[in-house]
Amino acid sequence: MRFVDEFRAADKAHALAAKIAALCEPGRQYKLMEVCGGHTHTIYKHGLEDYLPEQITLVHGPGCPVCVIPMGRMDDAIALAAEPDVIMTSFGDMMRVPGSHGSFFDAKARGTDIRMVYSPLDSLKIARKNPGKRVIFMAIGFETTAPSTAMTMLRAAAEGLSNFSIFCNHVTIIPAIKAILDSPDLRLDGFIGPGHVSTVIGCRPYEFIARDYGRPVVVAGFEPLDILQSIYMLMQQLSEGRAEIENQYSRVVPWDGNVVALRAIGETMELRPYFEWRGLGFISHSALKVREKYAQFDAERLFSVPGVRVADPKACQCGEVLKGVLKPWECKVFGTACTPETPIGTCMVSPEGACAAYYNYGRLTRTRVKEATRS
Amino acid sequence: MTTGHPSQPATQDPGGQSAGGPPAGGRSAGWVAAALRDHDEQTGREEARQERQGSPQPRPGTVREELVLDRIDRARRARPRVKEERITMSHGAGGKATQTLIEAIFLDAFRNPLLEPLEDAARIHVNGARVALTTDSYVVSPLFFPGGDIGDLAVNGTVNDLAVSGAVPLYLSAGFILEEGFPVADLSRIVASMQAAAQRAGVQIVTGDTKVVERGKADGCYINTAGIGVIEREGTLGVAQARPGDAILVSGPIGDHGVTIMLARGELDLEADVISDTAPLNGLICSLLSKTTGVRALRDATRGGVATILNEIATAADVGVLVTEDEIPVRLEVRGASELLGIDPMYVACEGRVVVVVDGDQADQALAAMRAHPQGEQAAIIGRVTAEPPGIVQLKTAFGGTRIVDLLVGDPLPRIC
Repeated sequence: MRFVDEFRAADKAHALAAKIAALCEPGRQYKLMEVCGGHTHTIYKHGLEDYLPEQITLVHGPGCPVCVIPMGRMDDAIALAAEPDVIMTSFGDMMRVPGSHGSFFDAKARGTDIRMVYSPLDSLKIARKNPGKRVIFMAIGFETTAPSTAMTMLRAAAEGLSNFSIFCNHVTIIPAIKAILDSPDLRLDGFIGPGHVSTVIGCRPYEFIARDYGRPVVVAGFEPLDILQSIYMLMQQLSEGRAEIENQYSRVVPWDGNVVALRAIGETMELRPYFEWRGLGFISHSALKVREKYAQFDAERLFSVPGVRVADPKACQCGEVLKGVLKPWECKVFGTACTPETPIGTCMVSPEGACAAYYNYGRLTRTRVKEATRS
Repeated sequence: MTTGHPSQPATQDPGGQSAGGPPAGGRSAGWVAAALRDHDEQTGREEARQERQGSPQPRPGTVREELVLDRIDRARRARPRVKEERITMSHGAGGKATQTLIEAIFLDAFRNPLLEPLEDAARIHVNGARVALTTDSYVVSPLFFPGGDIGDLAVNGTVNDLAVSGAVPLYLSAGFILEEGFPVADLSRIVASMQAAAQRAGVQIVTGDTKVVERGKADGCYINTAGIGVIEREGTLGVAQARPGDAILVSGPIGDHGVTIMLARGELDLEADVISDTAPLNGLICSLLSKTTGVRALRDATRGGVATILNEIATAADVGVLVTEDEIPVRLEVRGASELLGIDPMYVACEGRVVVVVDGDQADQALAAMRAHPQGEQAAIIGRVTAEPPGIVQLKTAFGGTRIVDLLVGDPLPRIC
């Protein structure tokens, strides 16, 4: 398939893998974090770690927007969905995320009208078709999906739709990375920067990571060769003692981002003073809410939101996994109490979460895999 | 974590202490507490057992990761329990939730040796004859789609469940649940395609039932079919028969039906030139079995796709399964649509594809036999059965890596990014 297979060629991967191995200093261990859940997915889907030398460990970061929604917030969404005449609409991968009393799927089974959509514009369609109903869109995601939510609000405003609102849970990537960098037990050597987020925010916002923390960042695409090349670029920087922001995904990511998209976000949304992240706790200025000017589309203003906090379970060690201190399997409830069917922590919730990806695709050690696949 | 200087207190703060700051404490989720209790009980038992047996000496080279993997294996083998209070859509998707429901609710209540293998059809003895019996219900939406309709599906699905059990399908029943207001013209169209499918498969629909429910109580038309066939062949087919060295084949490109249905629902604003693969497999299977003696198991890859069948083989026979992505036939259109939607064709339903486990020495013979039949022209050897690691399906990716192919919990859900 054109524009896909080129980025998955095994011969090119072998060549890159050899160059990466050559850059490893003997006796040195490297921990590189891929910030974005989409990267985690690619790494496991294609078995990319098989190409890496034992010295390089990939740490799966906090960039899975589904996973970071705290349980209390999910309870709020389910409470909104249960209000009279409400149709709740949501992306598919939100459907199984558990609150303290189950997920959207469970609420749907109790009779609540919750529908899966593929774009917020689909929610607008539902609102137009059902003038007697109040349609809410469960808005989640980083700067990647925030522009589409913003454009949907602008469209709704232009059409004068009065039965549509959003429940805004958009989060911003930089404060989360900063929280990880500020952690005292940080053990990361470099970052594979998020690709889709950067199409919107560009590469400049990462400059502080190199400047203030001395860690290199390579913004990467989502095909396996993109990621392998980014690892090579990071290893080059590390071997030369550089810490810079580089853009591997230049076919899509402009250095200064997408000005139109940023303007749309700025027009409709503003930073919250703080927001809770599952596994990471409260992080200041890390999420967006709807601006006063667009209050008529803000479900948090239109409905009464319970807002009851649900504490992260104490047994859950997602915070440590996210910071690269623990590997998924080192968490004591991994795979027994916490599984993809009954995820307790953020990292197990969506297939993009570090633990879920590890559970689904990577449970076997590399040596066991090599033994089993030897023909 | 940084907390900054928030200016807005949360709306409600049950355990709050920091004035003006983010709320602390809060309640905890009951289901989490229950899951952790189970976990403690289980690990407690584990520790007690180790104590009885004396503390285990780790084998040389055994790392803690191995112990964790063993613990997970045990948790996976634990008696299934339905944790949800109500049935959710996941229970019907053919993945882990469906298996749990079947084992914890149905098998638990009906347990008997004929049901226990949970194969596609039960094999029973009637006055010396070996008979296969199966049933299946069809609730597809939309009712008509490119390449077929609910009528073909209802006949082909039951014919295939009999055929993969090694039976020659003979007679079918047909039960209809119709919604008030359903167009009679549509019903005529459906039964005409049922009759055509029955003729094509060489079976007769010999008994039936009709119920009508009020508008809104059903989605147009649901069909249940049951079927019987005779097993003339010696020996028993079943996924538990798979053994290391066996080859695994699939009869044609996978995922056509599932992708066709997703696109036919018109929710995706996507178009592709793909039609359902719904077809009777009894002809193909009959010809395969007559030319190859080493067939160990046959499964039609419906809900849950080929990935689910491979997991059933690995679990039932306690073997490993290793398949090669490059060898698995997937149409370009299906691959493209799956890429866009973020789903994996390995989990997408087929309605006319059979997965075959055959003695490794007869793999080429089986492939030739399948390719000689029109239904199996694009058949391929996709992998093999291995001794290690038991219970696990692995995929050698086109990129050159390896990954586990586990069962899904429910339906494949599109990813947002």
